[in-house]
Amino acid sequence: MSNHSIDIAGPSAVRRSMPRVSGLWVLLGLIAIMTMMPLVASPYALLLMLPFIGYSIALLGFNLLFGTTGLLSFGHAMFLGLGAYTAATLTSKFGVLSFEVLLLTAALVSGLVALVTGALCVRYTRIFFGMLTLAFGMLFHSFLFKFYSITGGDQGMRVLRPLLLGMEWRGGKTAFLTGPFYYYALALFALLSIAMWRISQSPFGLHLRAIRENAGKAAYVGVEIFRMRLAAFVVSAIYGGVGGTILAVTTGLADPELAYWTHSGNLVFMAVLGGSGTFAGPAIGALAFVLLQDFVMSITQYWRFVMGGVLVLLVLFMPQGLSGTIEALANRRRGGR
Amino acid sequence: MAGLVDVVLGGTFHAAVLFLVAAGLQLVFGVQKIVNLACGSFYALGAYFGITAVSIAISLGMPPLMFFPVLIVAGLAIGLVGFPIERVLRTIYRRDESYQLLITFGLLLMFQDVFRFLWGATPRTMDNVYLAYGTAHVLGVRVPTYNLLVITASLAIALGLGAFLERTKIGRIVRATAENRDMAEGLGIDASKIFALVFTVGCMLGTVGGALVVPSGAASLDMAVELVVESFAVVVIGGLGSMRGALVGALIVGVMRAAAISLMPELEMLSVYLVVVVVLIVRPAGLFGKAAA
Repeated sequence: MSNHSIDIAGPSAVRRSMPRVSGLWVLLGLIAIMTMMPLVASPYALLLMLPFIGYSIALLGFNLLFGTTGLLSFGHAMFLGLGAYTAATLTSKFGVLSFEVLLLTAALVSGLVALVTGALCVRYTRIFFGMLTLAFGMLFHSFLFKFYSITGGDQGMRVLRPLLLGMEWRGGKTAFLTGPFYYYALALFALLSIAMWRISQSPFGLHLRAIRENAGKAAYVGVEIFRMRLAAFVVSAIYGGVGGTILAVTTGLADPELAYWTHSGNLVFMAVLGGSGTFAGPAIGALAFVLLQDFVMSITQYWRFVMGGVLVLLVLFMPQGLSGTIEALANRRRGGR
Repeated sequence: MAGLVDVVLGGTFHAAVLFLVAAGLQLVFGVQKIVNLACGSFYALGAYFGITAVSIAISLGMPPLMFFPVLIVAGLAIGLVGFPIERVLRTIYRRDESYQLLITFGLLLMFQDVFRFLWGATPRTMDNVYLAYGTAHVLGVRVPTYNLLVITASLAIALGLGAFLERTKIGRIVRATAENRDMAEGLGIDASKIFALVFTVGCMLGTVGGALVVPSGAASLDMAVELVVESFAVVVIGGLGSMRGALVGALIVGVMRAAAISLMPELEMLSVYLVVVVVLIVRPAGLFGKAAA
């Protein structure tokens, strides 16, 4: 009994910071569980985890823009596409196979493109920001789709198996993906989670939250809105590029669908499904999305209908997403009568 | 010269259809402040239903020449699905834009599988009626008379819609609700009725557009998602919420695409998005939009 009253009376700062601290731990805990998975899980389940890792990394970046800064991009798939096509171009056209080089180049290319497009996009907010990012995304998609000689058009481009840490890995495709590549991607996911955690807890992250809450006030107390938003855009693009590279190596193919606007829509779907208000939410959303889509696709060819229905119900009844709902339930129990 | 006329006529035909969908999008955005991603689904729905309606009409012994009015009626009738959809959407009018975009995105996904279920995954065409009205000569170019009919019908709808919004009492109420919902309700207007009306009309514009385009092409599962970005382009170029903007934007996009197809096919959609980007940078509110919406 007395415990309850202490909990309620506790300073609100504690309660507010508690879920935030747990955000990183939730992710790291998830990653720890996933390092054990190869011992028990089937190769199929492991192959399913790779897109999850790719999407999670991209969503960590996406949420810096959406959840933290309050800018909804409807063209974020462009950066996944940039990462994928960078990997494809380097491996199959230039014979560069080092995965580290692929990642760095993908990050660099995405970051540079984001610097240019972002400088134009972040001058606007709300629906105009969404539309402008959508337009840039579709610009890139139609370039991929139509310039056959450079990008392979609708056929896409092959992504060759990269060298990890300069070493060549033998064995079949599945053995490579579920073995060394799985651990590599997982380690990358852990590193990038910690990095994003540091970013979101830094003064920079604080500036972004201030901009989201009230841009006018933030500007008044000296936050450089344009530069901060642009920086967030570039960081999120870099994460997108890295995520896209992992996706492309997993499927062995970079195709224009990666940059199509519905793919951007899926990213938003995942972020909201998990709950964009929390640190770990989008990654949880990616996990739920990947598992749900796989499950629904295995039982019916009308999986889009089910996914669309889930999305509609989600918006109507669970706008805080999975993590937000769980948190609210936990709070209600803790603060219960 | 003939090439130019060809491009302009082809572009205008496309623009006529695009205008209808974009006008629906504008109407709904203007009044409900929702950017409706499902507008593409309404278009595809009109197209599929149009095929079914015409084939039923012909099997009932209706002369092929009657297919044009059949298409219009079919488009209007199936547009009524907007009414129940508005019931669902009405719960989120006051929520954040991201949720509104997402829920209509969900509807778009759902519709895609409804089409797959009802009409199959292979594209459906309506044969033998496209040229039922013969061809006409315009400035030395042969065009199907049907295209001219569609352009005329679209213009008539544009004028009718304009007259409805500007001249009639309900039109004035709609505009007042768009301007300030709370104030309109304060004056005793039942805004929820206006919303239901506006959304249904917006939906009908999309379905009629789809029904009218289908004789010249095919109804396919991709047409919904493809049209969404195109009508977005129209709306952005013309300015969110402006009917005049939809008309001009549709003409720009339609003619631009037709020109790109005949000059440099690779640039077909690229050119459209380039215009969008330039317009958003130079005049973010669009050509006819209100500044800083």
